[in-house]
Amino acid sequence: MNAATAARRGWTYVPMTVLAAFFLFPIVFMVAASLKTDHQIFADMNSLKAFLPVGDLSLANYAAVFDRVPFWRFLGNTLFVTFMVTAFGLIVNSMCGYALARMRWKGRGLVFGLIIATLILPFDTTIVPMVYLVANLPWVGFDGLTPVLEFGWLNTYRVQIIPFIVNAFSIFLFAQYFTSLPKGLEEAAAIDGAGWLRTYWRIIVPLSKPVFATVAILTVVTSPATWNAYLWPLMTVQSEELRPVMVGVQYFFQLDTAWGEVMAYITMITVPMVIVFLVFQRAFIQSIASAGMKD
Amino acid sequence: MGAKLASREPDSSTVEGAAVTAAAPPPKTKRRSHSRAEQRAGTAFAVPGIVLLLVFVIGPAVVSLVLAFTNARLISPTPPEFIGLENFRRAFTEDATFHRSLLNTLLFACIVVPLQGGLGLVLALLVNQKLAGRNFFRTVFFLPVITSMVVVSLLWRFLYQEDGLVNSALSMLTGGAWAGQAWLANPSTALGAIVVMSVWQGVGFHMIIWLAGLQTIPEEVYEAGALDGTTPWQRFWHLTLPLLKPTFVFVLITITIAAMSLFVQVNIMTGGGPVGSTSTIVLQIVQKGFQQQQMGYGAALSLVFFCIVLTLALVQRRLTRDKDS
Repeated sequence: MNAATAARRGWTYVPMTVLAAFFLFPIVFMVAASLKTDHQIFADMNSLKAFLPVGDLSLANYAAVFDRVPFWRFLGNTLFVTFMVTAFGLIVNSMCGYALARMRWKGRGLVFGLIIATLILPFDTTIVPMVYLVANLPWVGFDGLTPVLEFGWLNTYRVQIIPFIVNAFSIFLFAQYFTSLPKGLEEAAAIDGAGWLRTYWRIIVPLSKPVFATVAILTVVTSPATWNAYLWPLMTVQSEELRPVMVGVQYFFQLDTAWGEVMAYITMITVPMVIVFLVFQRAFIQSIASAGMKD
Repeated sequence: MGAKLASREPDSSTVEGAAVTAAAPPPKTKRRSHSRAEQRAGTAFAVPGIVLLLVFVIGPAVVSLVLAFTNARLISPTPPEFIGLENFRRAFTEDATFHRSLLNTLLFACIVVPLQGGLGLVLALLVNQKLAGRNFFRTVFFLPVITSMVVVSLLWRFLYQEDGLVNSALSMLTGGAWAGQAWLANPSTALGAIVVMSVWQGVGFHMIIWLAGLQTIPEEVYEAGALDGTTPWQRFWHLTLPLLKPTFVFVLITITIAAMSLFVQVNIMTGGGPVGSTSTIVLQIVQKGFQQQQMGYGAALSLVFFCIVLTLALVQRRLTRDKDS
């Protein structure tokens, strides 16, 4: 590398640093402000102190958050729903993808067409009829040991989980990956006497860890029902003890907003995800990259 | 797309009847060659997915299609009545808020699609260089994607206040000349303010997609280009861009659909105001269909929305495909 190239390389740090500041400043401000009183936040607004944890610092805002919302309950709900949607999603979508990619059965073409057709159907377009639908769906509950037929899914965990298990894009990603596996795996397994389920579980799944990781990460980051769930639980879950973290922001909407508390709450619901991202960064980037490689 | 998913070919040419198989050596007896067993297993594997898809994806779409032609309400003692195209007549001829929302949404998409797609590509080109610390920059540019849109909207609502950080920063940069304004309370700046924060939140996602596209281009292509004595700009224009076409199609369609579905930001930051300047189609669907309980009308708006998104996706696909030939 000659001197001119080196100098040009050096110059590219200028736009990169400016851009980095642009992407970081709101987040740094959020964390710094969460430690300050409202008075201090506004006093610091006109200088770089806005981004620094200086002045009258305390954890009072965090304490206030725990008074205002049942934080651990909300967090527990979000983690539970996210886990269930992701885990069941991996099972259901991968099996469906497997059947589409490597098995021959009647109706396969039709189902595949249906999945492609729903790929571009944004979830928001059907949200209102969806509320109507889940309000009237049947469910078998239990009164002691006696099964009871009930109607209506509103105000439950299941309304936050079951409608979001299936995902056309996940099925598509699985099907595409499974198609790329070598032919003849099933025949080899059959010679050993393994059935379809066993073949799938013992041979296909272990060979497909990357696609499982990709779909899991995409589900957590982009599904409207996992970590970011907001609109759907807002519409279908009224009882406080079933609500997820994002809906919790509603508790901070008031005439005279206590911004310090808001900053503390949104820091609390952002930091866990950021930590998970930083730990599994390579996998995150990889899975989003592979989502874009499909066409 | 469908062609890629050709199934493995079962050796159906071999045995069909169980009697014949029984005579064959034991390991081969199992049904791998039997299409009926495969038929059963395939269906069983796919059924949970199909049922959920029918109930929770196709079902609501069909319900929406039916309700759009009725006066159904979310909670109502009287059964819905069929009213033909009345909802659509109302939407297109009477509902000024809907017209405004339609316009706002299209405007938002027209600005965000090139801005986010373009900036995403710039970021990808920056972090694709062999520079020390490029992983750090990539992480920083991607961080807002990990931050929930709900959080981002609340945060930026605070930043955009009259006494917020955006104004104090502008005032500092202009040496106090900037007077400051409440960005979200002004009908002429509110939508623009939402554009900026939406791009801030989403662009890292598309940077990664572009980056993946860039990394599929083999180094030799550039080396060959450099030998021909081309400038970096010519290389970018004639080599990089054409090779990024599949990525371009994906980025274009995903940003368009996301931009057309604009809702959370608006719901949290402005509620559609001031004077309808940030109202969007999805916000109208939710407000009319859910909050005002006019489900039939909300379903009609959904149908209009779906047709627009579908048309856009098909047109984009067609346009980008035609360039191929």
